[in-house]
Amino acid sequence: MSSPAIEPPVVELSNGAVAIAGRPILRHIDLTVHSGEFVALMGANGSGKSTLVRALTGLWPLATGSLSLFGTPFGSFHDWQRVGFVPQRGGATSGVPASVWEIVASGRLTRRKLLRPLGRADRAAIADALDVVGLSHRSRESVSSLSGGQQQRVLIARALAGEPDLFFLDEPTAGVDLPNQQVLADTLRTMSERGATIVLVAHELGPMAPLIDRAVVMRDGRIAYDGSPLASEQVATAHLDGHHHHHHHEPGHHDHAPHVSSLIEGTDR
Amino acid sequence: MSYWELVNMQFMQRALLAAVFTGLAAPAIGTYLVQRRMALMGDGIGHVAVTGVAIGLLTGTSPTWTAVIVAIAGAIAIEVIRERGHANGDVALALLFYGGLAGGVLITGLDNESGSRLNQFLFGAITTISRTDLIVTMALAAVVILVCVGLAPQLFAVAQDQEFARVAGLNIRAYNLLVAVLAAVTVTVAMRTVGLLLVSALMVVPVATSQQLSRSFRTTLVAAMVLGTAASVGGLLLAASFPPDTRVSPGPTIVLLALAGFVLAWPAGIWARRRQRLRQPFPVVPAVAHQETDPHPHQHGEDCGHVAVPHGDHVDYVHDGHRHAPHGKHYDEH
Repeated sequence: MSSPAIEPPVVELSNGAVAIAGRPILRHIDLTVHSGEFVALMGANGSGKSTLVRALTGLWPLATGSLSLFGTPFGSFHDWQRVGFVPQRGGATSGVPASVWEIVASGRLTRRKLLRPLGRADRAAIADALDVVGLSHRSRESVSSLSGGQQQRVLIARALAGEPDLFFLDEPTAGVDLPNQQVLADTLRTMSERGATIVLVAHELGPMAPLIDRAVVMRDGRIAYDGSPLASEQVATAHLDGHHHHHHHEPGHHDHAPHVSSLIEGTDR
Repeated sequence: MSYWELVNMQFMQRALLAAVFTGLAAPAIGTYLVQRRMALMGDGIGHVAVTGVAIGLLTGTSPTWTAVIVAIAGAIAIEVIRERGHANGDVALALLFYGGLAGGVLITGLDNESGSRLNQFLFGAITTISRTDLIVTMALAAVVILVCVGLAPQLFAVAQDQEFARVAGLNIRAYNLLVAVLAAVTVTVAMRTVGLLLVSALMVVPVATSQQLSRSFRTTLVAAMVLGTAASVGGLLLAASFPPDTRVSPGPTIVLLALAGFVLAWPAGIWARRRQRLRQPFPVVPAVAHQETDPHPHQHGEDCGHVAVPHGDHVDYVHDGHRHAPHGKHYDEH
């Protein structure tokens, strides 16, 4: 891990909360991710781990709290080429055929200007991204002819093509067979070795387990554990262990009055 | 008057120009609508535009411009309902569909004379297009084509995966509205050619045809534009070839010709996909056990009549549901 004192944290969310249609979903989320870290967001279905990633990417607005990416407050953050996102998806198909290459090439949009053709650097990045996920030989094929696991690899290549420093991956291995999970894990290892910061939502780690630096376990919209990686059977019980409090957390409980005032301040994020 | 003389008449020349431009523009925007699985959006906007035409006829202003304005308003309404209501795009379309058609017929009823003129817009009257209408049609179609081709990378990404496009920093609301407005403009451009009730066919059918055989988005888009132009020009020429005492209008002819293209391409697409699936290489996994085939008189090879599928470093021949791999002098079951 690089020294956090020099660089600002890549992701910094303090006292974050997300409400969907008025109903509080995430509360009191403090999460700081430093450059080069590989963080796994874990937890049961409905624990809020996907919602948290969507809040960190701006897909869900924060009800309260403050979010910074690369030291820039989210409201004034425009460096989207530094962020790569792999959404939770059943597949990569749409109503019209699209080739593997075309979908990966759309990941390059973060760096392209309007009405400019693809340059040499763009093509090289697309070719490299396809190579990393092992799909170079199928780049001309329609994405619908690929298996589910291969389509997931296409979506990762799309994020890779933009050459970001920070990756958010939402359940990339859900419903993917073991050989494809292994390829995904190898891809993530390559990305991590290139110095990328990775925030991964996962229900089960599988072959990705050895790559993780830190595990964050969600329970009912709050962080139940934040620390060194856990074995999957520990994840299941981490939320039951109330004393196992997360190490970045401010000690003790919040006072009721300041807590309310921070809610009001946070609305004009 | 010979057919050739008819085609060389000024009104036919105008009609041909209008057909080329609408034939290019309608499938271009239609490709993005089909990609979003909103193939019927053109239909919804077309029904809304009926109200616009009726307002134009009633007030004595240009029906083209009132239709453009009302269609754009309708398209934006569909987009807003879709985005805000978390409702299905379908439902949003249906609401506008019926409102637009009912409104148009009601407003037409207020004026006795506009009834027959409304028909021109419902079913198209490409051969009566005036010089000014032609220039407006060509200009609007050119804008649609340039935007659909020029912004293809952005429009593709937004239609493919909205969440990804948003995290990539694209203003997806602006692009969604752009597509809606372009669709509305295309509907009004094409209403003179094929009519408001058939406009969606020219936006969707060429796309459905071209995606039977294409594997990439770009091929689909370009082929759809070519097919759309062929159908609209061909349909117009075909309609003109009917004897003068019949009343075959170009609109339905164009749509039926486009559909005929689909009927031809569909089996070809099924065949091509099946063939591709059959020849997909078999995965390389450790063999279960060495098993020879039963005594096998047939010699597999090139053009032996059995599908040859790559399997690792060799080729398997598909024979009666088995996979025969050459091994020395015999074949193995793989």
